[in-house]
This record gives sequence, C-alpha cells and structure tokens, in this order.
Amino acid sequence: MNILSLFVLIPLLMLLGLWLSRNLNQVRGVMVAGSSLLLLTAIYLTVDYLGIRHAEAAAGVTDAPEMLFTASYMWYAPLHICYSIGVDGISVAMLLLSAIIVFTGTFASWKLKPLTKEYFLWFTLLSLGVFGFFISTDLFTMFMFYEVALIPMYLLIGVWGSGRKEYAAMKLTLMLMGASAFLLIGILGIYYGSGAQTMNVLEIAKLHIPMDMQRIFFPLTFLGFGVLGALFPFHTWSPDGHASAPTAVSMLHAGVLMKLGGYGCFRVAMYLMPEAAQELGWIFLILTTISVVYGAFSAVVQTDLKYINAYSSVSHCGLVLFALLMMTYTSSTGAILQMLSHGLMTALFFALIGMIYGRTHTRDIRQMSGLMKIMPFLSVGYVIAGLANLGLPGLSGFVAEMTIFVGSFQNADTFHRVCTIIACTSIVITAVYILRVVGKILYGKCTDPHHMHLTDATWDERLAVICLIVAVAGMGLAPFWISDMINDSVTPIINNLISASNL
Amino acid sequence: MEFNYTILILLLPMLSFLVLGLAGMRMKHKVAGAIGTTVLGIVAVLSYLTAYLYFGNGRSADGTFAPQTPWNFEWLPFTTNLHIDMGILLDPISVMMLIVISTVSLMVHIYSFGYMKGEVGFQRYYAFLSLFSFSMLGLVVATNIFQMYVFWELVGVSSYLLIGFYYTKPEAIAASKKAFIVTRFADLGFLIGILIYGYYAGTFTFTPETKMLVAAGGMIPWALGLMFVGGAGKSAMFPLHIWLPDAMEGPTPVSALIHAATMVVAGVYLVARMFPLFIVYAPDVLHWIAYLGVLTAFYAAAVACVQTDIKRVLAFSTISQIAFMVVALGVCIGADTHEGLGYMAGMFHLFTHAMFKALLFLGAGAIIHAVHSNEMSAMGGLRKYMPITHITFLIACLAIAGIPPFSGFFSKDEILAACFQFSPVVGWMMSIIAGMTAFYMFRLYYGIFWGKENKELHAHHTPHEAPVSMSFPLIFLAAVTCVAGFIPFGNFVSSNGQSYDIHLNAQVAITSVCIAIVAIVLATIMYLKEQQPIADRLAATFKTLHQAAYRRFYMDEIWMFVTKKIIFRCISTPLAWWDRHVIDQFFNFTAWSAQASADEVRGMQSGRIQSYCIWFLVGALVFTLMLLLI
Repeated sequence: MNILSLFVLIPLLMLLGLWLSRNLNQVRGVMVAGSSLLLLTAIYLTVDYLGIRHAEAAAGVTDAPEMLFTASYMWYAPLHICYSIGVDGISVAMLLLSAIIVFTGTFASWKLKPLTKEYFLWFTLLSLGVFGFFISTDLFTMFMFYEVALIPMYLLIGVWGSGRKEYAAMKLTLMLMGASAFLLIGILGIYYGSGAQTMNVLEIAKLHIPMDMQRIFFPLTFLGFGVLGALFPFHTWSPDGHASAPTAVSMLHAGVLMKLGGYGCFRVAMYLMPEAAQELGWIFLILTTISVVYGAFSAVVQTDLKYINAYSSVSHCGLVLFALLMMTYTSSTGAILQMLSHGLMTALFFALIGMIYGRTHTRDIRQMSGLMKIMPFLSVGYVIAGLANLGLPGLSGFVAEMTIFVGSFQNADTFHRVCTIIACTSIVITAVYILRVVGKILYGKCTDPHHMHLTDATWDERLAVICLIVAVAGMGLAPFWISDMINDSVTPIINNLISASNL
Repeated sequence: MEFNYTILILLLPMLSFLVLGLAGMRMKHKVAGAIGTTVLGIVAVLSYLTAYLYFGNGRSADGTFAPQTPWNFEWLPFTTNLHIDMGILLDPISVMMLIVISTVSLMVHIYSFGYMKGEVGFQRYYAFLSLFSFSMLGLVVATNIFQMYVFWELVGVSSYLLIGFYYTKPEAIAASKKAFIVTRFADLGFLIGILIYGYYAGTFTFTPETKMLVAAGGMIPWALGLMFVGGAGKSAMFPLHIWLPDAMEGPTPVSALIHAATMVVAGVYLVARMFPLFIVYAPDVLHWIAYLGVLTAFYAAAVACVQTDIKRVLAFSTISQIAFMVVALGVCIGADTHEGLGYMAGMFHLFTHAMFKALLFLGAGAIIHAVHSNEMSAMGGLRKYMPITHITFLIACLAIAGIPPFSGFFSKDEILAACFQFSPVVGWMMSIIAGMTAFYMFRLYYGIFWGKENKELHAHHTPHEAPVSMSFPLIFLAAVTCVAGFIPFGNFVSSNGQSYDIHLNAQVAITSVCIAIVAIVLATIMYLKEQQPIADRLAATFKTLHQAAYRRFYMDEIWMFVTKKIIFRCISTPLAWWDRHVIDQFFNFTAWSAQASADEVRGMQSGRIQSYCIWFLVGALVFTLMLLLI
C-alpha cells in the first residue's frame, strides 16, 4: 500500500466513522483520531521524503526521480485517466500544511453547533479533496479532487456561516465553478494538444504542445487556477466568502484551498506550457503586482476583522503568483514558502478572529478595544500572527517574502525590476493595517461593559493556537531544511521554463 | 577556537526572553528582574572579556586587528552565492559596540528595578528588554548585510513593544505605531538597497570581490544610498526623525537604552560597517549624507532650544548628536587614518555619547520619578532635593556641551577637526551647532535644578532622591563620562584599522570650548534666576519662529497629512470603494444578467397552448419569408 493513498483513505474512513457515530463525543473522537493520524502521516512522509533525498544526494545519484512514492492505477482507459500519485518537495510541504490546518481546524470548531456531525462530514470531504489534489499527478484526477474540495464549501458557508451567508456562498461557488470551467477546457486542451497517451503531468511535461495551442490554453488554465489564488480582478469572492464562513472553514479555505490555485498554476499551467508562460506571463505579472499592492491598500480601511484578513490574503496570495511568474529558482522557492507561510499564519489569524468573534459577537474593530487586558492569551496570539504577517524575522513571513524578493531581483530587466520594487512596498502597507488593528482592538482601555467579563481561551482553542504558532515560528527560525527541500523540487519546472525562453 | 563562547552573548538574552516571556507572568517581580539582570551581567562580563582578548591579541602583520568569525552558518539559502548567514563577526567596531550595548543595557536593567517597581507587567518589561538586547547584539555582530537586516527588524519590533509598554495610554499606542511604520518605510529603502547590492556585488557579505564592484559601476552608490535610507530611519535623520520624539512615551529607562544609546545609532553603525565601500565607490553619497547630517543637527538643535518637556529636549538633542556622528562619517575624504579621521571621531562620539546620553535620560527618569511629570514647569530648584541626580546630570551636561575634561569634549573635538578638514563651512556650522547644544542643555539644566521652583507642587509632594538601584547606574555612568575621553580610542578603532594617536587640534579645541562657554554663560544669564525677562522677551519678539520651533516646524502635521489624508483618504478609501462598487458589482451584474435572461426565457415555457401556437406561427412565417427572400 502506497503511503500517499493513506491521505485519501484516512478521510474516507473518517467519513464512514462520522456517518456511523451517534453522539457528539463519537464525532469528536473520530475527528481527533483522524486528523491526528493525518498529521502523523504527513510528518512521517516529510521525514521519509527528506531521508530518501539525502540518501540519494549522499550516494551521488544524478538522475534522481522527480517524484517519489509514485503509483498509478488505470481508472478510465479510453481517455487514459489514471489514479496516478506521487510527491515532490512542493507537494510534501503542501500536505504537511494541509494536515496541520485540518488538525487545528478540528479543535477550532470544537464547540460548533448546530448539526455538528454534518458539519464535520463536509469538513472532512473538503479535506479529502485537498489531500487528493496534492498527491495527484494525473490531470483529470487532480481536477476531480479540486471539484470535490469546492462543493462542500458551498454548504459549509451556506449552512454554518454568518452574515450574508447565502449570498457569499453562492458567489464563491459560482466564481470558482466558473473558473473551473476554464480549467477543464485548459486541461482538455493540454491533453489533446500534447497528443499524449496519458494524463500524467510528468509524462506530458516531456512532450511539446504546439505554440498556437499554448497561447489559447495557457491563459485558460492559469486563470482557472488563478481565480482560486485570488488573482486580481477575480478576487472578490474571497472577502465575502471569508467573512461569512465559519472559523475552521475560513482557516482551511485561506490556509489550503487558496494554495491549490498557486500550486496548479505552477504544476500544470507553467510546467506544461512553458513557452506560453514566457510569452504571456507579463500580462499576469502585471495583474499579480496589482493584487499585491491593491490588496494591501484595500485592507487599510476595512473595519471588519475578517475583511482585513481577506484583503491581506489577496495581497499575500498575489505575492505567490507574482513570485511564480518571476520564473527564477529562488523566486519560485519563495512562492512555495509563501504558500506555506501564508497558509499557517492566515489560519492562525482566522482561528483567533473566530475565537474573538465567538466572545464579543462583533468583528467591527470600532466596537472593540482593550482586549489585551481581558483575553491576554488570544491577544498575544493575535500580535504574533500580526507580526508574522508583516514579515518579522524569526516568523515564517519574513523567510518567504525575502526569498521572493531576492529571487525576483535576479531578473535584470526594467519591467521585472519595477514590478519587484512595487511589490516590495507592500511590506510597509502591511505594517500599517496590522498595527492599526492591533492598536485599535487590543490596546487601549476596554470601553464596552459587556466585554469586561469575557473569558480567555479554553484548552481546545489554546491547543489550536499554540500548534499554529509553533509551526509559524518553527518555519521562521529554521527555514534552511524546508527551503532546500523545495528548491530541489522547483528545479525541473524552472528548467523547463528556462529552456523554453532560450528557444 | 578562542572566541567560541561569544555565541553565549547572543543565546543568553534570547533564552532569558523566552523564559520571561513564557513563564514570566507566574514569577514574582523580583525573580523576573533578577533573571534579566543576571543574564545581562554575564553578557557584559563576556563582552568585556571579548574586548580584552580581542584587542589583547595584538595586531596582525599589516598593523590592523584581524576580523574574527567564530560562528557562521547558512540560515537561509537563496542561490549559490546569495544566502543569509547567521554568525558572529568580531572586528574593532563590533567589539566596541558590544561594550557599549552591554554596559548601557546592564545599567538600564539595574535602574529599572527601582524605576519600574510595582508596575503591572514588570516581567513583560524585562522580557522585552532581553529581546531588545539580543536583537541589538545580533545586529552589531552580523557577518553579512542580510543578518544585519534581520536583527534590524527585530530591534524595530522590540522598540515598538517597549514604546507601547503602557498599552492603555492612547499616546503610547500612537507613538509605537508611528515609530514602527516610519522606520518600516525607511527599511523599504534598506531592503531595496540590499537587493541591489546582492545582485551586483554577488554576495551579502561586507567584503565583495573588487571585480564585481567595478563591473557594477553606478549601481553600488545607489545600493549604499538606499541602505542609508534605512539607517536614516533608525537614526532619526531629517525628515524621518518624526518618530523619535514621540517614542519618549515609553518608560524612561527604555528611552535611555533604545532611543538614546543603542538602537538609534544603528544607522551610524551601518554607515561605519559599509564605510570601506562608501569611501571607494560612493564618496559623493557619503558627502551628501554629511550635508543631510548638518541639516538634521541644526534642525534638531533649534527645536531643542524651545521644548518644555524634558524628555523631548533630550530626544531632539539625541537627534542632533547622532547627526554629529553621521556628519563625522560623511566628511571622510579617504581611507587612511588622517583623511578618515571622521570615521574614528564618529565612532568615538558614538561611544561617549551612549554613556552620557544614557546618563542624561536615566537622570531625567529619576527626576520624573520624583515629580511625576515631564514638564519643566513642574520642576525647578530640584538641586536641594536630589543632590546625586543633580551632580551626575551636570557632569553629563558638561560632557555634551564639550567642556574638558569630560568625554564629549574629546570626541566632539575630533569631529570638528574632521569637519574643518573637509570644508571650513561645514566646520563652522558644526561649531555653531555645538554651541547651540551647550545652550539648550544648560537651559534644561537650569530649568530643572535652578530657576523658578514649583513650590506649590513640591510642598504637596516633596521630591526625593532616587533609590540606590537608580542612583548606582547614574554614578557609574557619570564616572565613565569623566574618564572615557582619555581612552586612546584611535588605537582601537580607525578608518583603515591602523593605529592612530589622537592629538588635540589646539585651534579647533580652543574655538569650540570658547563657543561652548559663551553659550553656557548665555544660558546662565537667561535661565538661572527665577525671573527670566530676556528669555520671555525673546520668545515674544520672535513669536512666530518660537511657535514654529515649539511645534517642531510642523513636521508632525506633515506626517499626519501624509498618513491620514493621502494614504487613508486618497488611496485606500477610493480603492476599497472601487473594489466593492465597481469590480464586485461587475460580477454581481454578470450574475444578475444571467438570472434576468433566464427569467425572460422561462416566460416562454408557460405551458399555454395559445402562446405556443403563436410562437409556432411566427416562426413559420419568418422561415417562409426567409425562404422567399433568398
């Protein structure tokens, strides 16, 4: 049995367990067991992966396989659709991220009511889709898991959300579904264009897709994934969606689901159609540069905590796509690091916002102040999340952003330079909106008498927050191993892109 | 390796921060304070030991102290050449900085025992002090520019946390935010400078290959200039100085440590660190830095003459004195010990200034502790109540005014000599600014200890001398201020590492002392007595000027205009509106049009036979017509 299949199998078993469970404790038991098992599997996989890679390097293997733990089972022969799986450093990192967020998300929705069982069923289905997506190497299987991850979102927001939840759920689903329609055309275009007898990404990458087809299908594929990565101007689902979603769903959504976009853009669009990426990348580069600055500036004047974070996500996810389009080894490594870092710190942010909202029943920053005295644990957590977000060294954000900026600067032409410098300015604006919120809601004197008697975090909330902080700080303090792991894995993709530019 | 233990200088404060940060709230105040102070004590001992061993090892064959790198490991790889290393670099200036930081930090730790006694969050305070000490020490021993940037950001955040220590005070919140954002803005320049440097010099270390630098041509001055923008932010150069006066909202020992002695000289240290590159590849940039320094020194001195809040006076005095160091570095015209006299002078002034300015701030803290106010109007005549504070404060005032034999005289004399060597205009301007320094410092001194006593307030609450924990640091720093001038500083630190014997330039020395004495006499006439007719008359005559200076020439209003009006009103608000009402509405419109057209089409499926018949007939008619016409 392939270890990767565990990532699909465990959620399936969890679904079964949830379906059979009769009361709240059983539901919680299944979730804790399942998500811990997923986390352990992800950690084991990471260690194992690094071990194998180190052994290869020590033995001096020059033609090390791009992916490890590969397996393939035919699924639908007429179209060569296989259940093909395999991981490289990028997917390992993403799996680890997803496992951490599913684990902490479980604890963040510990006391969720009503319909707890149904909630966790959809939640698990969503994570199944996410895990499946990251282990797949088959285009169609990947697409299928992508869709599996999207649908539960509609129900999770529509049923368990808050505020204008029906509107937000519908908007999010329609926009993402619209994007996946583009994506499907893109995938089919790749399949037929390459003339491959397989849907496996690694195989297709060896073939050449005619340029005139690339010109059509690259934008479609990139856009299809890019919408999920909050590409300007298709990002507007994100603020509404996040604002209405329940805590753990926001965490999973911003933390992992938005990463599907960046991952797909890199692994599918840019890897398989490198010539078009070189030729048309500049259009998207402009859009992502706008995303970065635009998101940050928009966040400055928001008054709803979740909107601030959603716009901040637009800015940070924009930076992911921006770095990918810079197409250097370092910048792409930075992009993957940014996915990890943003996933962790945004999950932390949304978890904290959910916990604060659960107590104060408002997310309007004008109605809160002086929370530091009342809930010190949550407030300190919030400050740490904020500092990570604005790129404080020692926390994850710094590592990712600096890798991106140094990498982007390797492009010596004026256009790329100007884009890089514009993107750099976001570090200042980020500081503005983060400190504005921290100053408004945490510091000062508590003015609302109803807030005086609120309690600090309970054990389940503490567990979730501490886990995420440890992950954020761990990545920020010892970035070398993860950066190495990712750097080796972006190499084949960037090699493809560089050889395309030399044609 | 001989210096392997130096890693402890960084690890111990880090550890202390973690312990106090995680478990501090469960500790008693005294325990937390003792942990922090003991750690800093050990760090100070290790720093002195390092200095002793390093300088004691003697010079290598080329007459310089060879740099040592006892620790260095790759922390974050970017490309084969570019990577962030974390390590420890020992060379004359970093060893000198270790001594400055650990001494002042230790004194501040001891002092805070008394000053912060009974404050809520005492443990948090010591945790942040440890964090700051760690970051600042890491900054000065950085082996490469990126490590420096890493710790640069960390000192920024420790400063933010400490300024905002009284986080329920709105002024403190605003001040901490402003400090962070202004320096962050400057750091953007620093970052871009590093990026340019990394790309063209091909390395982040301080010693790139010459051929890369030559090939880079015009880009290196840009890189260095942009790096200086970061330095200007931290070191409060005009117009990025606006955060420093507000930063006085933090506890006073913090102002002494961070905003007077250590962090704010980071920019000077940065220029000194990059000096070998500045002097060869970007001398013009260096000179522009000097001109900016002159402007800042003058501006800050002018403002300091009219402020009434004693910490504000000291803050502007700090800005002015740091500008002196910047000018000193900027007026160097060559790398050898004579042409690079300014380098040695700037570093010397950094050293002496750290001691006497920390002393001034700690003295101010003792005074504020005694009268519970920052305003000079609450003081006056305090010499009777606080003799130790009075004498030590006077020593510091004499030092900063440049009166021999106090330390400030020696370093300032070297700076002025370097300025005259560069250009007489700059030399004279700096001499006059030095005179202004003496004037405003003695205005402050008389205002606090002589002048008109606020008897009403003092009768209500008699000021008392500070406890031993607070007066010991004062006495210690005063002693250092008395003797530091006689350190043969040039033998340790100089622009090219060769030994340089400081010899007083008699002409410059006499001129500057004369100017200082005249200024002090002027201040004595104006402010010694209870009635101050001359000062009042001057203020009335030059009302506009006085008011403008009091309002710091409206720089803060400009800052408020930029943030509130431009960033909030003119950029962010319209953007957010655009996002909600144009981009989002476009998608809503798409959804709406789909729905509307669906509604229209749905009408056709009405289920009424009559309408189907009509549509059928219309269709048949149209087809027939088409057939006929074609």
